[in-house]
Amino acid sequence: MSNEVLKVEDLRVYFPHKSRGVFPRTIGQIKAVDGVSFELGGAETLGLVGESGCGKSTTGRAILRLVDPTSGQVVINGTDVAELSRRAMRPVRQQAQMIFQDPYNALNPRQTVGAILASPFRIQKVDPPGGVKQAVRELMDRVGLNPEHVNRYPYEFSGGQRQRIGIARAIALRPKLIICDEPVSALDVSIQAQILNLLQDLQSDFGVSYLFIAHDLAVVRQIAQRVAVMYLGHIVESAPREELFAHPLHPYTHALMSAVPVPDPRVQMERERIVLGGDLPSPLNPPSGCVFHTRCFIAQDRCRTEKPELREFAPGHTVACHFPITEPLSGGVIHGPDSGLVTPDEGAPGYFTETITDLGAVGTSRLDSGNPGEGI
Amino acid sequence: MSAPFLHVEDLAVSFPTEDGVVKAVAGSTFSVSKGKTLAIVGESGSGKSVTAQAIMGLLNRNFADVSGRIVLDGTDLLALDDDQVREMRGSVMAMIFQDPLSSLHPFYRIGDQLAEAVRVHNKVSKSEARARAIDALHRVGIPSPDKRVDDYPHQLSGGMRQRVMIAMALINSPSLLIADEPTTALDVTVQAQITELMSELQRETGTTLIIITHDLGVVADMADEVCVMYGGRVVEYAPVNEVYYRPQHPYTHGLLASVPRLATDRVDRLDPIPGNPPSLINLPSGCVFHPRCSRRDEVSGDLCRTEEPALVSVATDHLVRCHLAQAGATGGAR
Repeated sequence: MSNEVLKVEDLRVYFPHKSRGVFPRTIGQIKAVDGVSFELGGAETLGLVGESGCGKSTTGRAILRLVDPTSGQVVINGTDVAELSRRAMRPVRQQAQMIFQDPYNALNPRQTVGAILASPFRIQKVDPPGGVKQAVRELMDRVGLNPEHVNRYPYEFSGGQRQRIGIARAIALRPKLIICDEPVSALDVSIQAQILNLLQDLQSDFGVSYLFIAHDLAVVRQIAQRVAVMYLGHIVESAPREELFAHPLHPYTHALMSAVPVPDPRVQMERERIVLGGDLPSPLNPPSGCVFHTRCFIAQDRCRTEKPELREFAPGHTVACHFPITEPLSGGVIHGPDSGLVTPDEGAPGYFTETITDLGAVGTSRLDSGNPGEGI
Repeated sequence: MSAPFLHVEDLAVSFPTEDGVVKAVAGSTFSVSKGKTLAIVGESGSGKSVTAQAIMGLLNRNFADVSGRIVLDGTDLLALDDDQVREMRGSVMAMIFQDPLSSLHPFYRIGDQLAEAVRVHNKVSKSEARARAIDALHRVGIPSPDKRVDDYPHQLSGGMRQRVMIAMALINSPSLLIADEPTTALDVTVQAQITELMSELQRETGTTLIIITHDLGVVADMADEVCVMYGGRVVEYAPVNEVYYRPQHPYTHGLLASVPRLATDRVDRLDPIPGNPPSLINLPSGCVFHPRCSRRDEVSGDLCRTEEPALVSVATDHLVRCHLAQAGATGGAR
């Protein structure tokens, strides 16, 4: 992409794991982000999805140098910022801003909205035409806040309004890139939609690019043109939105999509369900081979030893899996290994399905491994 | 519905504060039949958690004004004294909270906490209580429960802790279980495990379940009946399919329209409900939803602003609090 705003190349963020005691020694490394690469074009939104602990927020923070990358490249608008000093980083922040998850903690409670929104101009020494006061009023108006409330404090606003203040602060200097770290997950449903629409409007107005970090797939589908799925520090699948949601390839993407409860009772009863076993493994001691194999419902021996590389399966659709799922899975419930609900035969690679006929009756049948979608 | 297992009528809860009286719940009426699941849905500040706390007798009556009737299997809970409620809590009715880390005692082994729950309500030996604790952990799908029983809460993951909470709530086989946002703090894949576990245990034990959530997906997954709350009031109350496919209240309608969905075609713009939720100290006059309502123009005169609508029946088992419903003019799902 020629007009790329952000390019991340083999980004790694490791945190030292220290022993306890008076003289802590580094006894290991927590690999929060382990070799992540992606690009983001102008006026584009890339959704970064994954569960807690997958490294999506750390990726976002490393791009803006809120944590320091261990290795790799982060190119914002042509400048590699991964190695810049704090001082040299400052002008870059005019181009790249952040919106945080919790609008309650992201605003200084002792500053008025006016002071909060004036600070980008003050810190970056920018003189907007018409003066800072005028610019602040315009910003408030743009994000749907009443400019007359300029002298109010954050506690006087509701959660949704506070997130609007956070957005106004982020767009104050018309950045090229905004990292949105779970910007709507702390908000009520009816307010979520307002904020998503506002972000979309701002993008079409002045062409800002978003790296949209979220755990909610439905929200990401609403706002992002491309989606990357992260698991344990790795991007396991990435594709344009329609492609990813229509033809997911990675078993984890399948599991994630099937786990999202759909607000529709009939669909909810009939659709495919994959219940993954266990929890996210520790990034301190990630599994060998494919990081997902411990919870995967189609894992085979090769997955335990050989790490799958990201490869392109369809144009723009990359996946890191030895056995991508190309045929649609059938309806019913698929349990991953050790889900605690069904005990699989020991040692036998396979998975279970239950076909729900009605809410009361549940039948169980065993399928041979490697033939997803057949025999139900 | 014949003889509901739990019947809540005209429940009102208010908290006097320095800034004024917070009317958290006003006029909550609903009931649940034995073995069924009722979902109470609403946004923050809608009064759904306070309703649950009122049923469980968790509101301090020195600070909260509670009125109305809460009848559980023929007993009016609000008429009981503290000791009688304590006797029922944990044995007849139990509750699962949103955050399992702050609901478990960090200094005690989970086995001891489970055993305590047994011994408070049953005269059994310590070893018998421990055996029941291990059995309860086994039932909620915790691997090697005989070893895990000696773990401290911090040694377990979020999903495992929530399983322990469920085990603790169910250990005395309560007939009513209230789950307050049981999956909100969990990741989606773990959330799927927990909702599945709860449905399965309910099928086994026949427990009546009240699930409190803001997540319309979880509701669609688990509920038989749905109670939609807004500004401390029940605004719509109906079987789950009625609420999802024939919503009558403009708020329910707006809520369903504003959720981004995975299963249907994507729309370019969501259709949000304008404005913000009301302040519970200074509620709007008339219908509490009228400042945000898109259909208030359809009601003749100033009725929405001046007069609070009553909860009226529009179909079998389908109650709505809206002037449009009273006029019989609701369009339903459009």
